[in-house]
Amino acid sequence: MSNKQTLVVIGNGMVGQHFLSSLAGSAAMADYRVVTFCEEPRPAYDRVHLSEYFAGKTAADLSLVEAGFFAEHGIEIHLGDKAVAIDRAAKQVTSAKGLTIAYDKLVLATGSYPFVPPVPGHERPQCLVYRTIEDLEAIQAAAAQSTVGAVVGGGLLGLEAAKALKDLGLETHVVEFAPRLMAVQLDEGGGAMLKHKIEALGVNVHLNKNTTLIDDGMQCRHKMNFADGQVLETDIVLFSAGIRPRDEIARQSGLEVGPRGGIVIDNQCRTSDPDIYAIGECALWNGQIFGLVAPGYTMARTVVAGLSGEAASFTGADMSTKLKLMGVDVASIGDAHARTPGALVYTYQNGSAEIYKRLVVSQDQKHLLGAVLVGDAAGYGTLLQYCLNGIELPENPDSLILPQRSDQSVGLGPDALPASAQICSCHDVSKGQVCGAIEAGCLTLGDLKAQTKAATGCGGCSALLKSVLDCELSKMGVAVSTDLCEHFAYTRQDLYNLVMVGQIKTFDELLDKHGKGLGCDVCKQAVGSILASYWNDYILEKPHIGLQDTNDTFLANMQKDGTYSVVPRIAGGEITPDMLIVLGQVGKKYNLYTKITGGQRVDFFGARLEQLPAIWKELTDAGFESGHAYGKSLRTVKSCVGSTWCRYGVDDSVGLAIELENRYKGLRAPHKIKFAVSGCTRECAEAQGKDIGVIATENGWNLYVCGNGGMKPRHADLFATNLDKETLIKYIDRVLIFYVRTAARLQRTSVWMENMEGGLEYLKSVVIDDKLGIGADLEQQMQHVIDTYQCEWKTTLQDEQRLKRFRHFVNSDQADDNVVFVEERGQIRPANDFERKHFKLVEEAA
Amino acid sequence: MSSWIDVCSVDDLQPDSGICALVGGRQVAIFFLPRRQAVYALGNFDPFSRANVLSRGMIGDIGGEPMVASPMYKQHFHLHTGVCFEDPSVATPAYRVRIDRGRVAVQLPE
Repeated sequence: MSNKQTLVVIGNGMVGQHFLSSLAGSAAMADYRVVTFCEEPRPAYDRVHLSEYFAGKTAADLSLVEAGFFAEHGIEIHLGDKAVAIDRAAKQVTSAKGLTIAYDKLVLATGSYPFVPPVPGHERPQCLVYRTIEDLEAIQAAAAQSTVGAVVGGGLLGLEAAKALKDLGLETHVVEFAPRLMAVQLDEGGGAMLKHKIEALGVNVHLNKNTTLIDDGMQCRHKMNFADGQVLETDIVLFSAGIRPRDEIARQSGLEVGPRGGIVIDNQCRTSDPDIYAIGECALWNGQIFGLVAPGYTMARTVVAGLSGEAASFTGADMSTKLKLMGVDVASIGDAHARTPGALVYTYQNGSAEIYKRLVVSQDQKHLLGAVLVGDAAGYGTLLQYCLNGIELPENPDSLILPQRSDQSVGLGPDALPASAQICSCHDVSKGQVCGAIEAGCLTLGDLKAQTKAATGCGGCSALLKSVLDCELSKMGVAVSTDLCEHFAYTRQDLYNLVMVGQIKTFDELLDKHGKGLGCDVCKQAVGSILASYWNDYILEKPHIGLQDTNDTFLANMQKDGTYSVVPRIAGGEITPDMLIVLGQVGKKYNLYTKITGGQRVDFFGARLEQLPAIWKELTDAGFESGHAYGKSLRTVKSCVGSTWCRYGVDDSVGLAIELENRYKGLRAPHKIKFAVSGCTRECAEAQGKDIGVIATENGWNLYVCGNGGMKPRHADLFATNLDKETLIKYIDRVLIFYVRTAARLQRTSVWMENMEGGLEYLKSVVIDDKLGIGADLEQQMQHVIDTYQCEWKTTLQDEQRLKRFRHFVNSDQADDNVVFVEERGQIRPANDFERKHFKLVEEAA
Repeated sequence: MSSWIDVCSVDDLQPDSGICALVGGRQVAIFFLPRRQAVYALGNFDPFSRANVLSRGMIGDIGGEPMVASPMYKQHFHLHTGVCFEDPSVATPAYRVRIDRGRVAVQLPE
């Protein structure tokens, strides 16, 4: 046995998991055997975005645990087993299933539970809470037989719960005891504006309501009776009236708890027993419970630092928040209620735009103490930095909340922030860390996010991160060249715009007008792709042929020995036996190595240049078209068999896949594009690993965008849910053309999205809300590409002149004698160096 | 110097691109740059991939010097000298080439 100590963690919620992943990345990991108990049947998931479960996200989407995490780090996890007792004398933890584990150190991350007011009738059926995925399943089941739902509690969580009910299609009510919504975070004016906006969205808000009894309703299942004599009928009652720390296991074992609950901890997050720590919502620090995830994360990191022998303290947390409630921006910073003695208040209210802003400043007007923003939270980042870093306010502090009607900027330049300023609160990344990463070579937003993790949590700080990056780069004097190459002092996006605006049709014209020199393989390919996606001319037209890489020039994929592979299109992976026989015959006749691809089609290898036309003559005669495997263009639309055959299928995934593949085939793009369509949430087509993924639901199609496999896999983002086919196609048209127009050279959709300022939300606003007013234009461009589609092989075969290029020697019919095959497993493959030498020796000897 | 070997018609050349000819048993890649009204000839063998493919590379310039990019692993070779831009210790043979009365001819070394 090793001399490792045992560390037991009770609870695998967001904070428990953050603790484990921080520990796994620390020096302390080597010293401990780690065991964790998780009461729920699944490991940690994102409770902050729980309501997205009703917008189509699955439990897997919400998971916070990377596949293989526990195994990789040797962490023993007991799922669905609740720790029930701690024997502090014997230093043992016992679980509900009877497991006993001895510990050296113990971390309590038991979280909290929803507070249910002791109203008579609260235990009636379909009186529910909103905390776990199991709660959501219960809400979903109840909603299926309900028309009205009421949330008790108008705080942050209550409004999230109301959104969930709304998404489930229920008539939704919010019942709040206090005289305003979000009473903790908002002042009266902010609360009133929020109420107004939420009511406009169709949610009924009832303030000053003290529920005294829940009993049988007349039209609905329940009737809520209020202290003022009024009543509300509802089928579901959802309690979201605050949280209470889960401290029972600490109480039973004699640890000190607060008078109103919560496990008492010190600045190192130690409980009254120095070998036991408590973190997250179960912990009581300085008389406070922190109901946000960021302070819990800070506590987790404090314990990890302590275990690693580093000095670290938890010294409270800023409770400022910014969130989107049912599409309404709401933010609260610091002393929002102006409780600081002498505090002065500025307010700005815009009735027509429905915006409310309030600033709380110190008596000398030099420092920002707090703020409330409703309807427009764009200033949150700047205001928070003023507040947290004690930065001196401008002469007229109200300029920070008044609308800007000239181009003078009132935003706080990133240069004004001290190195200690926190840029990303989710991952606790300071400006100093960001600058360090920039100095170490992270010169793009994507690299910076990957290196520092900043802006990869809620993403709210991505604009701030970008401005720090831009500022640092210009300070370093790094004129970061975004030029495509030495021949064009423009980005690919600039060139796209130049082609569109100038209606430029050839590379030579673009080079003469906007470039210099002869061009090179970088700019020629990029411009070739731009021209192809905008005009969609035949790519082997004389002005374009020199712009194509060898794969495009010969409409096949060059392999390591200079031979090519051939891939005919098999849309959606559906093929008749007769067509399959044609493929078999062609492969056999030309002695081609034959393999099934990951994109559900057939790849032939070992075709010599001079064989390509004859092979394609046979394929096109049989009805096959080019599969564009050689192009930076749409490759395949993979599909599962769908509802036609599958017992579980919800919709016809094959039919949709074929339609999509035929619609977008031939579209040239900055990089290859892959699609998939799955017929149900079992996701057999792996659509979430594709640039465009579509998954059937009972109510339509869910669209995922910007995923990919390969070297750096990226899970696609859920873009829109329950779409009809027409809307689905409209969104895909827009996303793809927007990508084609704005991506950098050879940039896949995933990296394009990562580097886009505003990310997924921005893309949604362009595509779904048509924020830029270019929706129709994008669709029109796609329609042009579709209308001018041609099978490039069919066109090529009709032209004798073009076919002349398909020979190895211009002056001889001989083949390249450097291409040598040997046989393996009944098929050809290129000879290796040893075999080549051996082969030549034999030949010379003969 | 050996004599000029007739290869093909100028109409067989591909503007801004390359072709491959069999000249005295050697594979010769011939490139045509219309903007400079120039033809260039290099060995067709790519020393990095060890495949006969350079004639299928894209051409242009690097800092004003004419070049071809290998279609396999994208190293660049000088169209005059055959020297690789990324690794000057590697080169492919360069041949003299001329156009005379509508015919393309290549001269091989002794």
